[in-house]
Amino acid sequence: MTNPSCLELPARLNSVAFFEQIRKLCQNGYSPMTLFGSKNRQLFCLLHQGAELKLLNGDFPSTLSFPSLSPQFPSFQILERELYEEQGLVPIGHPWLKPVRHPRGDIYEGYEFFASQSSALHEVGVGPVHAGVIEPGHFRFTCRGEIVEYLEIQLGYQHRGIIRIFEQDDIRDKVSLAECIAGDTAIGHALAYCGIVEALTATPPLGVRIRIIALELERIAMHLAVLSALAGDVAYLLGQNLLAALRTEVINTTLSICGSRFGKRWLCPGGVNYGIPMALAQGIVSNLKKTQNRIRLSCEAMLSEPSVLSRFDDTGKVTAPIASEYGFTGIVAKAAGLKLDSRVDFPLYPQIDFIPCTECSGDVYARAQLRYLEIMQSFDILFMLLKEPLDTKPLSQKPKEIKPDSLAISIVEGYRGRILHLAKTAGDGSTEFYRIVDPSLVNWQALAIAVRGEGISDFPLCNKSFDLSYCGSDL
Amino acid sequence: MFELLKARILHGYQAIPDPLKAKINQAFPGVPRLSAGADLAALAKCCPVNAISDSGLDLGRCIFCGKCQRLDPEAVSFEADFRLAADSREKLIIRPGQQDYPETSIQTRLPRQFRRSFALRNVSAAGCNACELELGACSNVNFDMGRYGIEVVASPRHADALILTGPISQNMEAALYSTWDAIPGPRFLILSGACAISGGIFAESDKIRRSFASKLTVTLYIPGCPAHPLSIIHGLVTLMRGR
Repeated sequence: MTNPSCLELPARLNSVAFFEQIRKLCQNGYSPMTLFGSKNRQLFCLLHQGAELKLLNGDFPSTLSFPSLSPQFPSFQILERELYEEQGLVPIGHPWLKPVRHPRGDIYEGYEFFASQSSALHEVGVGPVHAGVIEPGHFRFTCRGEIVEYLEIQLGYQHRGIIRIFEQDDIRDKVSLAECIAGDTAIGHALAYCGIVEALTATPPLGVRIRIIALELERIAMHLAVLSALAGDVAYLLGQNLLAALRTEVINTTLSICGSRFGKRWLCPGGVNYGIPMALAQGIVSNLKKTQNRIRLSCEAMLSEPSVLSRFDDTGKVTAPIASEYGFTGIVAKAAGLKLDSRVDFPLYPQIDFIPCTECSGDVYARAQLRYLEIMQSFDILFMLLKEPLDTKPLSQKPKEIKPDSLAISIVEGYRGRILHLAKTAGDGSTEFYRIVDPSLVNWQALAIAVRGEGISDFPLCNKSFDLSYCGSDL
Repeated sequence: MFELLKARILHGYQAIPDPLKAKINQAFPGVPRLSAGADLAALAKCCPVNAISDSGLDLGRCIFCGKCQRLDPEAVSFEADFRLAADSREKLIIRPGQQDYPETSIQTRLPRQFRRSFALRNVSAAGCNACELELGACSNVNFDMGRYGIEVVASPRHADALILTGPISQNMEAALYSTWDAIPGPRFLILSGACAISGGIFAESDKIRRSFASKLTVTLYIPGCPAHPLSIIHGLVTLMRGR
């Protein structure tokens, strides 16, 4: 399929057939991307196998319950919890059905955590306010001595009701909001949102190459931020400082183009707000070439340093079978050896001949090494695109009228993984629903699995190696 | 080994010599200027966060998206000046024709004890991670706010001030109050970014609770979406030492 695009709405199934169909597809290797209910009591499920998409549409079950898919297909665990919380549909047999992001009553507390009565185990609770400058979330560890037996992650503290704001008023005026879904992925989410508007209004975007440059700059900058923090977590302070300074170089490049270090205000539906004049492009290339060389030196040094490797190697493992069973995407899946990259399956700019990088060990080392490889690959893409002039006017065109009764999907490979936006318009052109699926929503479970059997002191390291978004999953 | 040495040599000296007088890239949208005859009603219509009204442009709401400037470059311009912080909510409103913004924006001084040491505790209450990353960047080798004795501490017990990022979600309200209660006096509240100051783009959401920020006395407002590290450092140091 072309990405982004409008999908044909499939024939509506009754609820039994709807869930039966999902089961059948999953047995044949499909993996869910999202499952949700709409205001007018319809169910939607989007599944994929590689680049093959399947959209299912069904009725709400009259009993307001259905047999849970999670015991057989764990990739549904968080999706069913969302569905339960948003629509009140009970997945019977769900192993651990609890809310994802809404408070019961006015204060956000009192959730039940999985607990053991064994006198050999103790619990450690961390958060929502953490020691560093990071977003809030609660982690509840069940430990035997220093060893983590089980981790339960309770998020939702960042819930801002962003979906509701997307669904109000004109869908074409929400680009600043899309940039705030997760500020560290401002470009990734803004690009996915722009795709939705362009599909719904049949407006082909201008400045596509500039958008790809923006996306790859964001990937480089955020991977550097993670690598720098990983170095800090294992007290490799030289690496931490070298990489932090290199990230500054990259985000200041973004600032020199659009005025924001995070690429906010750069994109707009129909194109981009800021082009890259030839003189600026040349300066950027020569500067980035130096930066790339320094990144190569710093990363090669860090990833061969024994004191770093002794902490990274074999820590926080997520194997390929686990990753595909739980439907993990992005860095988590690629570090376990799965060739899952939306830039291949759903390309926004097919002119780039692109082979995704993968690692095989699935540990902290694999995720760090993979980020380094992706940085280098993104530089290659940037240099290729920056060769030609990039400020041909006009840079954007105004989105046309919104098509009624249309369903659009838009997929972007953000630096964390696959970002999916989905929207449907009603008969009068208003927004019937808007869905945002950040890769973090599903991938948080990977962290919970990875720390089992690890020392609790390795938790910060594991957590940073995944680098998942709190507000991206809390919305 | 040689790679590391080479990387270190090429790294050189990265610290910005004087963050208060640093030159920032001309593309940076900083202090806004409204022309005396600006058509505020037309500009107000295009603003996604209702930052523009009859009285002027509210830096506490502005997310610096540049929409108004692109609509009417004659009426609105943003100077490449990061000195955006102010000590009162009223000062954040830039009136048409106003030229004196950064000069009088911070007149408050912290007590003498805080001239050389100021410990901050950050609470992210539904911040999108942009403000958090920029606050983190203040401590990196480039900006190095530690040189002024400013540090981010882990425990509220060790903090002199709470620096809030994010619009305050309903789900974070209780944790935010308990963190504030755990800070010993004298204590100060600093709001960083449009979301913390006014709710920003989330101001109208029913999942946002603004009582914390509106009830307590705020010592410093740092506008931005997110607030730039230089804006943060300039605001804090001016507060500690005066101009």
